[in-house]
Amino acid sequence: MAKEALMPYEQAIEQFEVVIGLEVHVELNTKSKMFCGCANIFGNEPNTNVCPICIGLPGSLPAVNKKAVESSIAIGLALGCQIAPTGRFSRKNYFYPDLAKNFQTSQYDEPIASEGKINIELEDGVVFEVLIERAHMEEDAGKLTHIGGATGRIQGAEYSLVDYNRAGVPLVEIVTKPVYGAGARAPELAAAYVHAIREIVKSMNVSDARMERGNVRCDANVSIRPYGQTKLGTRTETKNVNSLRSVENAVRYEIQRQAHILANGGTITQETRHWHEDRGYTSAGRPKSDADDYRYFPEPDLVPVQPSLAWIEEIRATLPENPGLRRKRLMEAWGFAELEFRDVVNSDLLDQVEATVAAGAAPQAARKWWTGELARLANSQEVAVQDLSITPTQVAKIQQLIDSGELTDRMARDVVAGVLAGEGDPEAVIEKRGLKVVSDDGALIAAIDEALAKQPDVLEKIREGKVQAAGAVIGAVMQAMRGQVDAARVRELILERAK
Amino acid sequence: MSEITPDLVRHLASLSRILVTDEEVATLAGELNVIVDSIAIVTQAVKGDVLATSHPIPMANVFREDVVEPSLTQESALSAAPDSAEGRFRVAAILDEE
Amino acid sequence: MSDLIHKSASELADLIASKSISSEEVTSAFFDRSVELNPKTNSYLYLNRDTAIAAAKAADAALANGEKLSPLHGVPIAVKDNLTTTDAPTTSGSKILEGWVPQYDATVVARLRKAGLPILGKTNMDEFAMGSSTEYSAYGPSKNPWDLTRIPGGSGGGSSSAVSGHLAPIAIGSDTGGSIRFPAAVTGSVGAKPTYGAVSRYGLIALASSLDQIGPVSNTVLDSALLQDVISGHDKHDSTSLPQSLGSMADAVRSADVKGLRVGVVKQLDSDAFQPGVKACFDDTIAKLVAAGAEVVTVDCPSFEYAIAAYYLILPAEASSNLAKFDSVRFGLRVIPDGNPTIERVMAATREAGFGPEVKRRIILGTYALSSGYYDAYYGSAQKVRTLIQQDLAKAFSQVDVLLTPTAPTTAFKIGEKVNDPLAMYLNDIATIPANLAGIPGMSVPNGLAFEDGLPSGVQILAPAMQDAQMYRVGSIVEQMYLAEWGAPLIAKAPKLEVL
Repeated sequence: MAKEALMPYEQAIEQFEVVIGLEVHVELNTKSKMFCGCANIFGNEPNTNVCPICIGLPGSLPAVNKKAVESSIAIGLALGCQIAPTGRFSRKNYFYPDLAKNFQTSQYDEPIASEGKINIELEDGVVFEVLIERAHMEEDAGKLTHIGGATGRIQGAEYSLVDYNRAGVPLVEIVTKPVYGAGARAPELAAAYVHAIREIVKSMNVSDARMERGNVRCDANVSIRPYGQTKLGTRTETKNVNSLRSVENAVRYEIQRQAHILANGGTITQETRHWHEDRGYTSAGRPKSDADDYRYFPEPDLVPVQPSLAWIEEIRATLPENPGLRRKRLMEAWGFAELEFRDVVNSDLLDQVEATVAAGAAPQAARKWWTGELARLANSQEVAVQDLSITPTQVAKIQQLIDSGELTDRMARDVVAGVLAGEGDPEAVIEKRGLKVVSDDGALIAAIDEALAKQPDVLEKIREGKVQAAGAVIGAVMQAMRGQVDAARVRELILERAK
Repeated sequence: MSEITPDLVRHLASLSRILVTDEEVATLAGELNVIVDSIAIVTQAVKGDVLATSHPIPMANVFREDVVEPSLTQESALSAAPDSAEGRFRVAAILDEE
Repeated sequence: MSDLIHKSASELADLIASKSISSEEVTSAFFDRSVELNPKTNSYLYLNRDTAIAAAKAADAALANGEKLSPLHGVPIAVKDNLTTTDAPTTSGSKILEGWVPQYDATVVARLRKAGLPILGKTNMDEFAMGSSTEYSAYGPSKNPWDLTRIPGGSGGGSSSAVSGHLAPIAIGSDTGGSIRFPAAVTGSVGAKPTYGAVSRYGLIALASSLDQIGPVSNTVLDSALLQDVISGHDKHDSTSLPQSLGSMADAVRSADVKGLRVGVVKQLDSDAFQPGVKACFDDTIAKLVAAGAEVVTVDCPSFEYAIAAYYLILPAEASSNLAKFDSVRFGLRVIPDGNPTIERVMAATREAGFGPEVKRRIILGTYALSSGYYDAYYGSAQKVRTLIQQDLAKAFSQVDVLLTPTAPTTAFKIGEKVNDPLAMYLNDIATIPANLAGIPGMSVPNGLAFEDGLPSGVQILAPAMQDAQMYRVGSIVEQMYLAEWGAPLIAKAPKLEVL
């Protein structure tokens, strides 16, 4: 299997209208699994987070995790969905070795949430509205490892091994309605949509939302049709596209592949396809067939979920601000340049900067600390900046001491080092390390005079208007005073001398 | 009526992952036709709007708290497996996808 | 000691509690008899002296410490082989599970252990409880102690045969369409299906989840009541388990009084479809109740006509999904076909070899009933029939306290007589199925021997959902009326197994 013939992208967009639909699976970060008390933990030894229920031993029965239902309702609400007054679980029947019962307990005709919408903003500020058809609860499958054959792939494998640690982990599947009108930007929109969902569930703390661990997974449906045709084209479903870049590339690839086929008089086969990230193409999987008769029926071992209005409102009250709206609000409030703001967002430091500002620091100062000195320190210690043992309140306090002239920038960096070293709050570090700005101008003036005596031409230059000449003297004074003076004050005094 | 054709039996057997010989297909088709003919009267039982009963005793909102309970050990989980390796259940290769 | 095995469970419990006899002695007596006679009756698929005696000794030790764990403390019991036990293989009567020792105890089994009841062994059953005779067991049929050439009913024929043959004083059964009540009727014993949800299904190998219910099998109504009290109660592991207690069944039995009792006879279940001798026994029961002062009225349940059809759609549909987990991966049989088979082929070959013909028939029927294009007509309609039956019953129970029907259309038939005629086999459950579809409690109590063949007949008592106590109360009334006539339980008329 290799890359198929593709139509150049611009040409494809010119000839065909693109319709996409996205199914995003979000793994919830509940403590226990969806239907049993096994721990919901990633990365443990195989088959150690399993029990009679999640390995489907005969006689075992499921019991619904209340927190998972709450998280699902919360996701529904965050996506502007209606929450169903009565919903139920159904069994989706199909045989696969990673599915312990050979049916997946899911929701079919009565999903917990439906009819939502979400605005997706692309990089350049263009906004698309994406309609949500439904969000429903279900359970994850186990993990298969294919042994033998090439590179652990299923094809050519000699045998497979099954680990059911992931079996029964709660999932919420979010399904969009067909998205029309994105045109050339469809691939970008698909990635931005997945990014937005990821950001929302992360901000709500209902999922770890780590794509590399499969916490958020996307199936992308793509169809194209000649402009003016009302009937939708045959769609393909590209499974498990598990990075934002892959989502964008897979959708783009499918548009080009389908366009080439249609333009050459061919027909699109309705099928699932697999995205090969390494080489950037999709390949055909199983065609849709009678084998997809999942024989859904209401799960007789579980009773309906009928959330009361009070419960729904209680959950609604816990929802955090929508991440997109929050960013908009903060950017306006802080007055950062676009690049500065993006730097904060991309470093995932919005929370830290916001908290530092809330603790009294000026936004720009807060930003500089987190994206500058603290990021550098974190990098050198090989930890995430968010994991540094300094709080936004401590950072704000240090900044306040700078602003009031009690600390110089250099002293402030020492204080930070002390806090990180576990010496206590900034005040304690200052005390312990004896970091105080020398405020006795007498000593300072003496030091300045001494420095000026060594560089007699400086005062003359300043008088001629070359104020920057003061720099050399400031440096010398700071060195003489071992940094424990306020550079601004030194500068002030030098300029006074020049008058 | 005889709507259960041998092809349908083959299809149903394949959906239910049961290997069937041609002989069994013929027998099953015959038996199932008799059974289906006799139970098809349900389609005439219901006139007008009737709700479906999926649970004999109506209940709703039965949940467990999100609390971790002890799991089986790996050894116990695998103890009844026909085959296992590397702490996992071992199965023959999967044809199906890719 | 031979007298011991003819005592009821409540009598044995009293003897043990008063330390007149030890649980170990009782358990040994039943165990030894079972070892001796099981080759004749095939009641048990598995017997384990070590675990039974160890449990009996523990019960005796507890009692010596002044701990009486339950009203049945120390009484040995037989458990149907579709309940998981960590110390005994659990096969559900199927080859596909041969030798499987479960990693957990069913809730009911755990409750028996906690209540101090030693488990003698696991009883035979139709494969996955699909059948009315135990002829569909992969391990051969159990025999009816009244006539070893006849079936002991099914699917719980192992439990009914063990109890009526005194290989166990009491037993646990499960009832999806009559699997406790039909065997009780044809073996002259007592069996009850509680209200759906009264007893936890956790650890019961599911046949049809919305119909299955675990219940007691015994030789007296009181014994069943005592056993139901031990095993019932809410279980967080079964989401369909009732949150509330239904009260003490034993108290209901002990305070039974016919005064003011209103009994309904279902028009649709009072027909010529019943064997004349069975019908005669039923008429006799009704006559006795009237004589005792009960009011008897005929009630109309028109949708009962569709009960069997609905049942044979719902059951296979749910079973087809419940039995999908038997796939050779995590437990049970694995059959590897020739060549270099894929997992798909291994699964199909395993299920072909491991399931018997009736199981395959029902899986394929259920797959059909659920498949797209047929769902609404079949499964959908069948679920609506359940609603109609509930409506009929609600109307009937607005006029009467209980409904009475013959439990089974016939007495025990000959082994082999119906085994190749699935449809005829299905009709055995005509009177018992409505209770499962509606979730209401039902029990069978012996009401005489049919005049044609001298074999036991049973009367079925149906009560409204949650009113299991009412059912036991009437069960006790019927039992007492016959006890007054016969001077001993019907089971005393059974031939001695030792000489058969």
